[in-house]
Amino acid sequence: MLDQISTTVEKGEVVAIIGPSGSGKSTFLRCLNLLETPTSGEIYINGQNILDRKTNITEIRKNIGMVFQHFHLFPHMTVLENIAYAPQKVKKIKKGEAVEKARQLLAKVGLSDKESAYPNQLSGGQKQRVAIARALAMEPEIMLFDEPTSALDPEMVKEVLDVMKDLVKTGMTMLIVTHEMRFAREAADRILFLADGKIVEEGDPESFFTSPKTDRAKEFLSKLL
Amino acid sequence: MPEKIGGSCLRQGKGKPPISCFLRELIAGKEVLIMNVDFSKLQPYVPFILTGIWTTLKFVFVSALIGLLLGTVLALMKISKSRLLKAFADGYTSIFRGTPLILQLIIIYYGVPQLTGYDMPEFLAAIAAFGLNSAAYVSEIIRAGIMAVDKGQREAAQALGVPYRPMMLDIILPQAVKNILPALMNEFITLTKESAIVSTIGYLDLMRRAQIVGANLYRNFEALLFVGLIYWVMVFIMTSIGRRVERRLRQSDIG
Repeated sequence: MLDQISTTVEKGEVVAIIGPSGSGKSTFLRCLNLLETPTSGEIYINGQNILDRKTNITEIRKNIGMVFQHFHLFPHMTVLENIAYAPQKVKKIKKGEAVEKARQLLAKVGLSDKESAYPNQLSGGQKQRVAIARALAMEPEIMLFDEPTSALDPEMVKEVLDVMKDLVKTGMTMLIVTHEMRFAREAADRILFLADGKIVEEGDPESFFTSPKTDRAKEFLSKLL
Repeated sequence: MPEKIGGSCLRQGKGKPPISCFLRELIAGKEVLIMNVDFSKLQPYVPFILTGIWTTLKFVFVSALIGLLLGTVLALMKISKSRLLKAFADGYTSIFRGTPLILQLIIIYYGVPQLTGYDMPEFLAAIAAFGLNSAAYVSEIIRAGIMAVDKGQREAAQALGVPYRPMMLDIILPQAVKNILPALMNEFITLTKESAIVSTIGYLDLMRRAQIVGANLYRNFEALLFVGLIYWVMVFIMTSIGRRVERRLRQSDIG
């Protein structure tokens, strides 16, 4: 699926990963917290090789938030419980404190009025904002976004992207698999263009979008609206 | 001696009497003679048969409990990472689902005493056979229910760094219950009906009692029909409860 991917992401950097469907973008992202296990290679996070057998992956994952295309909120918990669950269970934070923190995060994503709603009572955009808050509740250093707006109705894309832009401003390290080219161009520090399981081109957004160097990237960009 | 229904109808004329004649007399409260069915003879045995409801339910309940506990353990083995546990649970299921229940029962009742010298009471043999057998089915139900929970739920929990145990207990199992409960209710209904098999080892359940009464009366149909009705009512009640539970689950369906 993936072949010879090699790159380094600096702290505070925002990297947009783009490319045609089936190019391995999601697989690449999912390797970073070992939801997918690579057959060979090395992945270092804060200087620690996460593929090392001695590494406790649960510890590493606490530090990496992930947002999924299909949200994957816990359907049997309220919005507030969704956000406060992991800090209580994983970081052993007291309930009152975790709930307080969850309320702050909900306010940040603009959903304070939905704290006792269940996920099925929310729109797609609202679900995704809760999912972002849930990931942030663990206070991760790195955030992974796996096509966070691909499953949304068009009118809900903006509210999610706005939350992500706010996050960029806080200096969070972010890797974002996306099809939102305008967002990638505005928000990212660097573009990784993947095709057929390889990094075909990488560089700053301006030069990538205005003057792509490879034919593969040119062809991809020419097909966009 | 009350006048039999049909008697007057048959006397009325040649050929087959109209069905309305029988109905009229039936409504008038006369005994039914047609087809030689006479429920009045059953009357003295009714308490004896009704006691069988308790005997049957008692052993079905205990068997279901054993099946549920053992089945849960087996299901956890099946989804565990250990190959050994998985192989054991799969082998167990294969054996108990792959052989007749009546054979299992008879092996336990007649076979085990031969090996151990311990003369097993009917009740113990019955709950052992039904409990062990049910566990195989229950384990499959629970395993399937857990597997049916969206893969994304597990991934979301993993990505948050939630360890295995709390993930199963707080995230996966509460959602699996919704898949498991209706199928489990079906399994217990099946168990109730199949329980009639214990009559073969002489356990005094509903079925056995019907056979005894039939032998005493030299007429089998009435007693058998009577316990048939009892089984049906029991299953009907269980089905109604199952429906209600299912509806409640669907109302709280928050997927």
